[in-house]
Amino acid sequence: MKIAIASGKGGTGKTTLSTNLASFLAKTYKVVLTDLDVEEPNSALFLQTELIHAEDKFKMIPEWNKTNCTLCGNCQDVCNYHAVIKIVDMIMVFPELCHSCYACSELCPTNSLPMIKKKMGELKHFKTDSFDFVESRLTIGEEQAVPLIKQTLKFVDERFDNNTYKIYDSPPGTSCPVIEATKDADFVILITEPTPFGFNDVVLAIETMQELKKDFGIVINRYGLGNNDIENYCDKNNIQILAKIPNKREIAELYSKGELLWDKIPEVKSELGKIVSYLKSHV
Amino acid sequence: MKEIVIISGKGGTGKTSITASFAVLGDKDVVIADCDVDAADMHILLQPENAKSEDFYSGELAIIDQEICTQCGKCFDVCRFDAIDVKNGIHTVNELSCEGCGYCARVCPVDAITNIPLNVGKWHIANTRIHQPFVHAKLGIGADNSGKLVAQVKNVAKEIAEEYNRPYVLVDGSPGVGCPVVSSLSGAHFVVLVTEPTVSGLHDLKRVYELVNKFHIPAGCIINKSDLNSNKTNEIKEFLISEKIIHLADLPYDEAFTVAMTDCKTVVEFDDTKLKQILTETWNNIKELIK
Repeated sequence: MKIAIASGKGGTGKTTLSTNLASFLAKTYKVVLTDLDVEEPNSALFLQTELIHAEDKFKMIPEWNKTNCTLCGNCQDVCNYHAVIKIVDMIMVFPELCHSCYACSELCPTNSLPMIKKKMGELKHFKTDSFDFVESRLTIGEEQAVPLIKQTLKFVDERFDNNTYKIYDSPPGTSCPVIEATKDADFVILITEPTPFGFNDVVLAIETMQELKKDFGIVINRYGLGNNDIENYCDKNNIQILAKIPNKREIAELYSKGELLWDKIPEVKSELGKIVSYLKSHV
Repeated sequence: MKEIVIISGKGGTGKTSITASFAVLGDKDVVIADCDVDAADMHILLQPENAKSEDFYSGELAIIDQEICTQCGKCFDVCRFDAIDVKNGIHTVNELSCEGCGYCARVCPVDAITNIPLNVGKWHIANTRIHQPFVHAKLGIGADNSGKLVAQVKNVAKEIAEEYNRPYVLVDGSPGVGCPVVSSLSGAHFVVLVTEPTVSGLHDLKRVYELVNKFHIPAGCIINKSDLNSNKTNEIKEFLISEKIIHLADLPYDEAFTVAMTDCKTVVEFDDTKLKQILTETWNNIKELIK
């Protein structure tokens, strides 16, 4: 079962829920947690891990080979991203703009733009004492998270079967990286906080999941803070609230130190139990 | 005109609440740009009224004309984004996966594929409730090209600042280190990094600062919720010293931010709060630093 944890707004508790849910589920089931927030991966900070595998991840970009090039300019014409341009007697490639579509390379009449590998990030596979953990991190300066998320999902799918609970800690927002992280999930948990910002952003996330036709439920974090807008909205629109994690300074302090919560805070453990029983009966 | 960008790496550290506070303190001196086009929230605090709205087109989407298509599969063969779906022999474009590279249209032997410009969102010029120019945007669901929409919002804000002689453009950035953040940093004069003393706050601060450093932009840091974990706060301070980042302020862990937000206001609009005093000093300090 694939479960993505997403939020719209950043800092509402995606990583807290992902790491705690993974650890809680791992008491009974086979679990792999994957950190897909490749721009700012944080799950590892909350886990005791042992590295078992690391690999560089690459994107493919064209490299100009001038030997046979006739400077016809076709490469510039076919690139919709302005990543390849002809300047006087040179072809210049801007790797950060390239989407690796291969058009310039494969449509070059003289094969003068072979595709080469460029490192965009690193993938690491760890073991914790009870589950597997995979994270990827984007190299600073690389702008596109989607190709790395795609390759990370592929890595996980090739190594773990469908009897494993696959938990995806997703990036914030509602744009392309989130879509990539959630589109193959069987169920999406949207975590929010009961503040005006949290409410505004979770509605955007809900609309995104509805557009993707995803099955999803809501977890309210820091419950007790702010107002009841999110609960009223879920009631009115028949959206399932899976759990409510209380607003406690003790939780914030444990989080700040990089500690898991469910084995220390009984309310967190019982709320996780509610999520798991919902997943088992509905998904 | 000076451009001040507020970012954090990690989400939820208080960027927007702090930016909106500076906006209120800056009053008639500022133009505000909400560049978190993915999950924009500043409008909640500043209650803008839109004066002008425009669609934003960026990139393209391939469309297959089924009347012309011979279902030869050439498009499927060349697409690197798995964006051509084949069902019962019929080829269609998966809109969420298509990156608009146009390769399929170029190789289609019967010209059945056209690329249409893609509407990726809307941007607006508005007046905040305290009568400041406010530029913001909403990226379409699942849309690509957020970096270009960010650039558009910023450029419009800068034009307004120049035309109406406003000395500061305040830019609220998005979390992460990817394309929208890179786009919000380009051309900035000063970066305010907002962090919190947690393992993830510090981790993300280090990554986003590595990016800021590539742009050679001077930076200052605000440690929000600084009394949550004094060991982490000290670690952050050591990092700031080692990287020569200006330590702008420590803000206490205070639910006043949330209380103000629930009231659709900024903390600096409540009298006699400690937060108001610190943020006012910080805003004055930033103005001195970028003189």
